[in-house]
Parts: sequence; C-alpha cells; structure tokens
Amino acid sequence: MKRVLLAHGDGGLYAAALIKDLFLRHFRHAELVRLGDAALLSPLNGRLAVTTDSFVVQPPFFPGGDIGKLSVCGTVNDLVAGGAQPLFLTVSFILEEGLLLDELETVVVSLADTARSCGVEVVAGDTKVVPRGQADKLYITTTGIGRADERLLLGAEHVRPGDAVILSGTAGDHGIAVLSCRTGVSFQTQVVSDCAPLNGLIGAISPYFSSLRWLRDPTRGGVGATLNELAERAVLDIVLEEKSMPVRPEVRAAADLLGLDPLYLPNEGKMILVAKQEAAAEVCLALREHPLGREAEIVGRLESGTGSVWLRTVLGGTRGVEMPVGLPLPRIC
Amino acid sequence: MLSGIELAQAQQLLALVKRKLPGHLSIMEVCGTHTTAISKYGLRPLLEPLRLLSGPGCPVCVTTAGDIDRMIDLAGAGAIVATFGDLLRVPGSKSSLEQALAEGADVRIVYSPLDALKIAADNPQCPVVFLGVGFETTAPAMALAVRQAREKGLANFFLYSCLKTVIPALHALLAAPHGLDGLLLPGHVSSIIGRQAQDFVASVYGMPAAVVGFSERDILLGIAAVVRMIEEGKPKVINAYPRVVKEEGNLLAQKLLSEVFNTAAAEWRGFGVIPMSGLALKPEFAGHDAALQFNLPHNSVPQEQEACRCGDVLRGAIIPTECALFAGRCLPLTPLGPCMVSSEGACAAYYRYDRKKGAAPA
Repeated sequence: MKRVLLAHGDGGLYAAALIKDLFLRHFRHAELVRLGDAALLSPLNGRLAVTTDSFVVQPPFFPGGDIGKLSVCGTVNDLVAGGAQPLFLTVSFILEEGLLLDELETVVVSLADTARSCGVEVVAGDTKVVPRGQADKLYITTTGIGRADERLLLGAEHVRPGDAVILSGTAGDHGIAVLSCRTGVSFQTQVVSDCAPLNGLIGAISPYFSSLRWLRDPTRGGVGATLNELAERAVLDIVLEEKSMPVRPEVRAAADLLGLDPLYLPNEGKMILVAKQEAAAEVCLALREHPLGREAEIVGRLESGTGSVWLRTVLGGTRGVEMPVGLPLPRIC
Repeated sequence: MLSGIELAQAQQLLALVKRKLPGHLSIMEVCGTHTTAISKYGLRPLLEPLRLLSGPGCPVCVTTAGDIDRMIDLAGAGAIVATFGDLLRVPGSKSSLEQALAEGADVRIVYSPLDALKIAADNPQCPVVFLGVGFETTAPAMALAVRQAREKGLANFFLYSCLKTVIPALHALLAAPHGLDGLLLPGHVSSIIGRQAQDFVASVYGMPAAVVGFSERDILLGIAAVVRMIEEGKPKVINAYPRVVKEEGNLLAQKLLSEVFNTAAAEWRGFGVIPMSGLALKPEFAGHDAALQFNLPHNSVPQEQEACRCGDVLRGAIIPTECALFAGRCLPLTPLGPCMVSSEGACAAYYRYDRKKGAAPA
C-alpha cells in the first residue's frame, strides 16, 4: 500500500508526481493544468462573493459522504446562503505523512465529482505534508468564488415580523451520521449524512427570489444556533412549531440516547429560508419539487420581540431554544 | 415525539390535571431526566400554579467536588481517566476535568464503561480509571465492565465508583422537613429496582407517588395520578409506567449488582453522607477498585462554592431561578455548581428552556 511521504510535500519530484498522477487526473480546469502560481479568470458580470472554510471532520469517511464531498458542499452552501451562484473553488490539502494514497485518491475523486455535479470548477490548489501525528489523516480548506445574484436582497435587517421560517428538510442527519461512526460511540444507526450542494435547490426556486429575506445553512450548532443568531441580529423573536419540525425518527432516537437535541445537531445539506408570509407556502411547495427539498416545511414565524427563539411544543407549551453551550461535538465538519 | 393517539391522550390528561388542581401543590420529580423532559415539553408554564420541584436524581449533580478533585489528581499523576462527557465541566474545588484535559491530562469521554475497558486493553502500560457515576440504571453496565476486566485479566482497569442508590436518598429526603405533596418516581431506576421496593414512600411517609415514564403522556399520567391521590387523601405508590416497570423489577440486573457491589455509605452533594446509599466493589474485585488501589478516601469534604445553592435545588427546597447566582454569575459556560453542568441538571434545564429573556409570546 503506497502512502503519503514527507517528500510529497517538498516541491521536488515526488510532489510533481503527486500533482501529475493524482490531482491533475481529476481536476482538469485549463488554469489548473497550466500549473501557474495563480489562476487567471475572466471578469464576472456582477458583484463577487467569496467565502472560505476548513474541514477537519473525524472520521474523514462517514455514511453518506467524506471530507472531500463535504469540503465542496460546505463552501458551495455558504456561497448560496450569501445569495451567490457558486462558480470556482480553490482547494488546499494538509496531509499527514503515512496517509494511504488510495484514501487520498478516494477523497480527491469524491471532491472532484461533487464539484462537477454542481457545476463548480476547481481552479487552484495546494498541498502540504506534515509529519505523522501532527495532523489526523487529512484536512482540507476550500475557498469559493461566486457571482452575487442581484435578484436576492438578503440579510437580518430585511426580516420582518410575520415572515415565515422554512427548513428545506430533516434536521440533524449529518451530526448523527458522523457521531455514529466515531470510536467510542457504541451504537449503530442507518442514518446517512445529508451532505449535498444546495445551489440546484435554491436555483430551482428562483421565481420566488423577491420573496426571500434571509438564507443560512445550519451547519455547526444546527437550526437552534442559526436561528438564535438571526433573532439576535434582527431583534425579533422566532417561534418554532415542534409538530412541523422535520426530524427522522432514527435521528431522534439516536439523539435521545446521546442526550442531544436534533435542533442543535449540524446539517450539511439543509437551508433555512426566511420568506415573506404571503409567499411562504408556495416557496415551500417549490422546494419540495426538488429532490433535496422533498421534506421542506414551514417550521416557524418571526414575531416582534427581544431576540429570543421559542418552541411551541406539541402540547401547546412554549419553551426557550437557547444558544447551545459546549456540545461534545468537536470535528463534526 | 408523540403519535396522534398519544397526543390526544396527553391533551386530555392535561385538561384533567388543570381541572383538578387544588390551589398550590408541590410535586417533586425525583429524576433528572424528568426535570429535563418537563422543561423540554414546555409543561411547567402549562401546569401553573402546580409547583414542580427537581430532586436528587441527577447522578452528575450529586457527585461531590471531592470526587472530581480525586480524579483530577489521578489524571495529573499519569492515569487515563475515562468518564461520561457530562462530568467534564463539573467544578471540583479548584479545577475541572475539562481544565485538566486542556492542561494536558489524558481524560477520555466515553459513552459506556465498556468503551473504557477497550481503552485499558489498548493501553496496557497505563492505569485506566473509569469515573463511574449513576444510579441503579447505569450500575449494571459498570458491574459488567468490572467482571469482564477480571475475566480478561485487564489489571490496569479500575472503577472509581460514585454509584448511588435511590431508596436511601428518598428516605433522607422524606425524613427531613420538606414541603412536598407528592413524588414522581424515576422510571428507569424503577425498571431495575421495581415498584414494590418503593412502597415505603406512602406507607412510612404518607406521600403519594407514581413511577413515571418519560413521554409527555407518561409524565401527565403520573401527575394526574398523584393529584388524584392527594385529592382523595389516599397515598399509595402506583405504577404509571407498567410497560417498562415490573413489581419486582429486573431480577437479573439486581443479581448482577449484588454479585459485584456491596452497599456503602456515600456522600451526596446537597445531602452529605447517607448511610448505605452507595455501591462499592466487593472484596473479590478489590484489584479493580480505584478507591483502594490508589488509596482514595471517599470521606474528606473540600469546600464547595460559597453561595451555590445546588444542594437546595437537589432537595426541592428551591427552584433554580430562586438561586441568586442563576443566570448571573452561574452560567452554562462558567458553572459554579453541577446542576448547571449536567444535561440532566435542573439549573441547566431551567436555563435552557424556562428562562425568560422577555415575556414568552402568547
């Protein structure tokens, strides 16, 4: 079994071989193949959107995805939530000496396939190797460049009382999928990560762009933390309906077992949308027409208030949804 | 979440309890899982003016600062300390296991004592100490771990038992002055010890009580039964969770516990030392007993945080919001007492679910 050597990061022959035999076999953008120091891209018609994210998920392979796929989805979804159409990615690898080259290739193939599937080009990259023990297999940083969609006017300042909160699908799948394969967690579930790029889903509801006020992908901290941030910024209350909150039964069961609340579990293929009240039902139906939005629900509303999130329980009681504190979920993405 | 039928039943029970509530009643939910569930289901505001009080049934919360100190010392001396994640932020007298971990101690979070056994097998050169907290529900898994350690010859696996039993705590609670009108008894613990072992709650102390499960419907069923007994003046200990709890409990688990543990005096936060309320390893398992092997006495009592009223919360004397530190100096990130740390702690549950930043929307 061939492994990553320190020499693969030294800029010499080994490094050149790694680039030629592995990376360039899967990443074929003309600017990348040119192997210059910087990719030169044509000017975009419109404002640029830029975002960057690092991925350290442990384990790097989990049900429904791997760190390669995740590193595309996370950055693409941040661009989408920022109201942009994702176009380009740069990819930076930090590899641990001793990593199996086969594992690296699996990750690279997955990354390249995911990027291709959502129409995003990898235009630049970098690789570093650190001695064994100084990283855990591999970390990936991706930077995304997109074109802002001028039809979208998004931000907490645009949100109004009465607006609807829509969740594009079930909460908590990614968190349980990753936790279920962590060493030391002695339960087995069939839960698969929801890890997916969402530019297609949001693109599919473009007729409704003028009705959208705010978008965010609820990754770390889940729906609970994401909505607390919105409530605080908008200085409005958000009231969620427990009976409308989509959660898979197996996610709920596993979360119960671990003493976790699916509201705080991370997602990697879900979007929260705040839409004008009068358009919310149609937006939700339009989301459900797309494969990644089949389980979309209107889960709550904005109300005037002081910046708190509440959940109306199935029995009609109201309880707070606080910002999560110190969840035992390091390296979940 | 409840099915349609269960939801309808829960709604009927809620209406029934609301109709019957005779002014101000105080009912204690003994178990921390109940405390959290009641807050999470939003039941407290729905049931006002009924006062639901937390009890001593949060294992992390009743673990003393001294026990945490001893584990920090052991971790500092080179042992691997394995325990449940909830215990990491529990304050000892000077530090916490989380702090020790950040300072380089080897502290591992596990979900089961059997995971700690695996750590011992993987690190034969290093003593692995499992900090075991819990009641009769978690004790059987620890008994199994110790038995397996002996069978597999894992001489480097040790249990530091902070295990406690519920019945002596109920005696301590009810024998002292209290303002309680009824009890909700823990469903999981009762599945091990059985309903009938708790008959004394009514027969000795005249306290109506129900063994209760954990769904909205289960909890309302238990509250309805207790309210009815209070109304009729006929205290009994009834089983409102019969699909899980048997009269005599789980005899296999009881046998396992009696094979591995003896009862011993144990120190509880909020109660002090309660005779016969702890589980200590039997002499034949002395080789795996961290308290013996590392000469860790259970009895010294370091200073607890002044002004922390976790003890009063655990005895049902106050609700968390009545503590002056609550949500002010004592916060989930910087807890001064264990009830703010544990996911089953009353203060954490009230902070998360019942704290009003503004008024709850209508």
